[in-house]
Amino acid sequence: MKTRHLPFAATLVIFILAYGLCYTQFPAMLSTRVIGNLLTDNAFLGIAAVGMTFVIISGGIDLSIGSVIAFTGVFIAVMLKTTGLHPLTVFALVLAVTCLFGAAMGAVIHFLEMPPFIVTLAGMFLARGLAFVLSTDSVPISHEFYGTLQDIFWRMPGKGRLTLIGGIMLVTVGLGMLIAHRTRFGANVYALGGGQATARLMGVPIAATTVGIYALSGFLAGLSGIVFSLYTSAGYSLSAVGVELDAIAAVVIGGTLLTGGSGYIAGTLFGVFIMGLIQTYIIFDGSLSSWWTKIVIGLLLLLFILLQKGLTWASSRGFGPAHRTA
Amino acid sequence: MTRQTSLPGLRYAPQILTLLVVLGLSASLFPGFLNVEIANGRLYGSLIDILNRGAPVALLAIGMTLVIATKGIDLSVGAVMAICGAVAAATVTTTGSALQAVALALAVGLACGLWNGVLVAVAGIQPIIATLILMVAGRGIAQLITEGTILTFTNESLVFLGSGALLSMPTPILIWITAAALAMLLVRRTALGMLIEAIGINRRASTLSGVNSGILLVCVYMIAGLCAAVAGTIAAADIKGADANNAGLWLELDAILAVVIGGTSLLGGRFTLLGSMLGAMIIQSVNTSILISGFPPEFNLVIKALIIILILLIQSPALRARLKPVRRKQGQGETSILVKP
Amino acid sequence: MVQTPTHRAQSLEASAPLLHGLGITKAFPGALALDNVDFVLKAGEVHALLGENGAGKSTLIKCLTGVHRLDGGSILLDGSAIAPRSTQDAQDHGIGTVYQEVNLLPNLTVAENLYLGRQPTRFGVVDSRKMNRDASALLAQYDLHIDVTEDLGSYSVAIQQIIAIARAVDLSGKVLILDEPTASLDAHEVRLLFDVVRRLKARGLGIVFISHFLDQVFEISDTITVLRNGQKVGTCPTEGLGRLELVAMMLGRELEEETREHGKVHANTGPVQFSFKGFGRKGRIEPFDLEIRKGEAIGIAGLLGSGRTETAETLFGIHAADSGKAMIGTTEVSLPTPRSAVLEGFGFCPEDRKVDGIIADLSIRENIILALQALRGWTKPIPRKEQNAIADKYIKALDIRTTDREKPIGQLSGGNQQKAILARWLATHPRFLILDEPTRGIDVGAHAEIIRLIEELCDQGMSLLVISSELEELTVYSHRIIVVRDRKHVAELTGKEITTAAVVDAIAGNQPAAQERAQ
Repeated sequence: MKTRHLPFAATLVIFILAYGLCYTQFPAMLSTRVIGNLLTDNAFLGIAAVGMTFVIISGGIDLSIGSVIAFTGVFIAVMLKTTGLHPLTVFALVLAVTCLFGAAMGAVIHFLEMPPFIVTLAGMFLARGLAFVLSTDSVPISHEFYGTLQDIFWRMPGKGRLTLIGGIMLVTVGLGMLIAHRTRFGANVYALGGGQATARLMGVPIAATTVGIYALSGFLAGLSGIVFSLYTSAGYSLSAVGVELDAIAAVVIGGTLLTGGSGYIAGTLFGVFIMGLIQTYIIFDGSLSSWWTKIVIGLLLLLFILLQKGLTWASSRGFGPAHRTA
Repeated sequence: MTRQTSLPGLRYAPQILTLLVVLGLSASLFPGFLNVEIANGRLYGSLIDILNRGAPVALLAIGMTLVIATKGIDLSVGAVMAICGAVAAATVTTTGSALQAVALALAVGLACGLWNGVLVAVAGIQPIIATLILMVAGRGIAQLITEGTILTFTNESLVFLGSGALLSMPTPILIWITAAALAMLLVRRTALGMLIEAIGINRRASTLSGVNSGILLVCVYMIAGLCAAVAGTIAAADIKGADANNAGLWLELDAILAVVIGGTSLLGGRFTLLGSMLGAMIIQSVNTSILISGFPPEFNLVIKALIIILILLIQSPALRARLKPVRRKQGQGETSILVKP
Repeated sequence: MVQTPTHRAQSLEASAPLLHGLGITKAFPGALALDNVDFVLKAGEVHALLGENGAGKSTLIKCLTGVHRLDGGSILLDGSAIAPRSTQDAQDHGIGTVYQEVNLLPNLTVAENLYLGRQPTRFGVVDSRKMNRDASALLAQYDLHIDVTEDLGSYSVAIQQIIAIARAVDLSGKVLILDEPTASLDAHEVRLLFDVVRRLKARGLGIVFISHFLDQVFEISDTITVLRNGQKVGTCPTEGLGRLELVAMMLGRELEEETREHGKVHANTGPVQFSFKGFGRKGRIEPFDLEIRKGEAIGIAGLLGSGRTETAETLFGIHAADSGKAMIGTTEVSLPTPRSAVLEGFGFCPEDRKVDGIIADLSIRENIILALQALRGWTKPIPRKEQNAIADKYIKALDIRTTDREKPIGQLSGGNQQKAILARWLATHPRFLILDEPTRGIDVGAHAEIIRLIEELCDQGMSLLVISSELEELTVYSHRIIVVRDRKHVAELTGKEITTAAVVDAIAGNQPAAQERAQ
């Protein structure tokens, strides 16, 4: 096995072990129904986490995701309430806005040479603030088209439902994998994470790539917001608080290096699954309290950070499979 | 952009000016904003409120300033606040001793700082990543202690820390000002401040000069943990209960913002505790003014965002390089505080 | 020594130069890095560029590859003038560079590294299969048959080096500059790399080879150009050039010149204060024995990368020794960290002032008192008055030119920074002071002052270990000179034996000078 697959393999092993453990205690958890719910309940997180994966692979961070999701929801709800626009038009509009929002943050990061942390922190405040400006109350969405969308599902064998939003997440992950591994842009993202100075020397267009990464993350946060509004049938400016943290956790548990340069979109999907699984387990158990989720996620974060630190250390020492001469 | 320390008043001019503008604006919009009165042996008024409500952020900003000076960051302080508040509440409800509760809360805060410091200094993990772990897990730990409820208590001595008054001054104000003064004495009357700056600017050269960088780094994170513990205890005492979900939520971001507004660069090195305290008060003035104005409190997010964007523009090395010829003509005193050479 | 372009052109061989630098001049604030240097590279030639640190090698490379703009002179490629604006631009012209630290991305696959930015695509999607096939075929030309879908970082530096060469040649194709490519390779890997270099030479590329390993230079190069202090010392064919002659060119000693005898004919007979037995660290410096007397100045001579800095770093606990023992007087001490060395009364002025020495944003005063403060501990701050007095004392004693002791040290010139770092250690009153290249990159006046200071410190009873590539200086103040080669202490010269000629002999390989010249 290749060294770079090791964190991803660890994610997969943990997922399978965790699911196995769940199964031995609650055999009912091995059903397409649970799997369908896992996909539906975590669809918005999964989509946002795909964007976060790109950002983190490039060596950056995007703290604005949760706020953008909330903004998107409020924007859609308010637009549907106050104008006669069709939801699809509103979707296109809001995706353009969030995409531009991300691109603007990317531009500030690159051209003003400011750390992504503080730039996206400003973005986080700004997006959440704009959501409040639009509406401070929870705005329900009752457009009939929403009902249509929410009713779309594919019945899996075993009566599980793959809903539209679960499907959107899987498609997003698929497209994300394609972009990451099969396009020049994707290679440039990894190159940036491997070292900006070297990437520049090798002719990677740094400015375009940086702006593109944050635009993509903004776009996916917008898509995640649309999915979230389909999931909750409302737009509320206080919703999706801290989703960026969950997304970061999912990315790291999915085996992506927080220092950038290495990681897989598919890993992030399993990171999201693991986090969803913990929650499902707690619900099934009934006696366990919800805070164990956070503690277990924190422990998993520690585990993966130490694992990756260990791998970097081992390869720099020339131990293990990391060093070879032909 | 040399920093001349000969005129300390001028050094904080932008922060003081900003604070005065915010206060002035509020005073002109809301008559009575500047009024301070005594009732029930305690001072009341918006200004007192700002000082009082600003206590947690000011306390966090003390530790955060030192951490940022070492070129680090501590994302976990909000969660540590929640843990320590929970510890204090749990202890006081079981033992009834406020002293024991505070002592244990502070000890737990130090332990949290030790954990972060060891991950950063010994394991060599990037500060933002190392402290993320406790940021995520910390709130869960706090909920574990409170068992998911808001753990209320009635112990008067402990409540006094949050809502009491000494010589008609609310206790939180006295605590954070004392803490800030102690911290300033600690870093400037010993060599700690200079050594922290040296590590932040060039850790390798500092180590080669015999500076014990590793231990100092751990100490700095422990100070941040201690400050968070004090802030968490006050926050719990204020509402007479520990709210693991909301205590200190997002306050780490406010603390970072206070430090940056105060004029300490996120890139480490030279720091100013006084500036950070001014920064904390600016943030709280904005919060309080918006609260009084009747807007929903979350509106200040937009204003915070605008403040960050402004600071980004001022601090950006790239933009400064482009504006250099212009800047020189305009006089440097105005910007030299927020800008690190 | 400097020839006019026309004169130069006449003296050229019939074969036209592939790359021709004419009177290349580059000035940095306060220093002339390259002074009117001519450089001629022919097709199918391996041209070694030699010189000590600061000689101007890397500046010349950076001028040729568009990193720096020229302040004077011109560059001709295939007879037409070019003015590369960036490495990218130079690459497009046909000049590719491979650095010591491989400038590729270890986290991408080998194939991605080879084709980054120009991956073959089908319908907008990267055609990985074709890319991997192309990559395998490209590397096969270099006799390298590896899995191109593996991460680059999982291969040894030598393989990475060859991949970097393959990429550079594929992108540029006329001139290949190899900047210290062998610095971290073992003997087998060097052979692998040299096979590739010979192959490319046969294909008609012009190759510039920079290395401080003289054996390798003699093995692979056809022509050698030596730079010193930003000037060209000379260009000559490798064949017929003596090793000793070459070292003399690099270190700036004319062979004809009479060997000067110097003052320190009497060896220091003070009591032995420090002794190191079998002290060493794997991979950095082989175990050595060293005794240092009170008031003795020991010089360490050797070429760059020979193990001289490694000796100092091991003594100071930066890369702690993994063998042997250290004694101060009759007590054994351990030196696992710099701090432990400082507590034993050691001091160390590093070679790279900017990275290892100065704390740029702190004031001159703070930089000077830093080590003393660290020694006393943070709880015992040095009172401001005392700080001022210490800073002022050394600013005056060492003649640090500044208007204000509160100025950030980063704003001082290199020489004054060097003196401030020296002051940092003198303030701790060390018993043993290590100086790594104390006179590098500073002006002549400061040179003389630092030499005088070294002698003064010895007279005061301080023990010194001085590393320098300025042999003339080293012979002036050293009581003993230790010569380092291939990470080993190979020779020790005392008293009358200390002459620059003897040191050069020892560095070049211990053969008597006469014998070498007779060849």
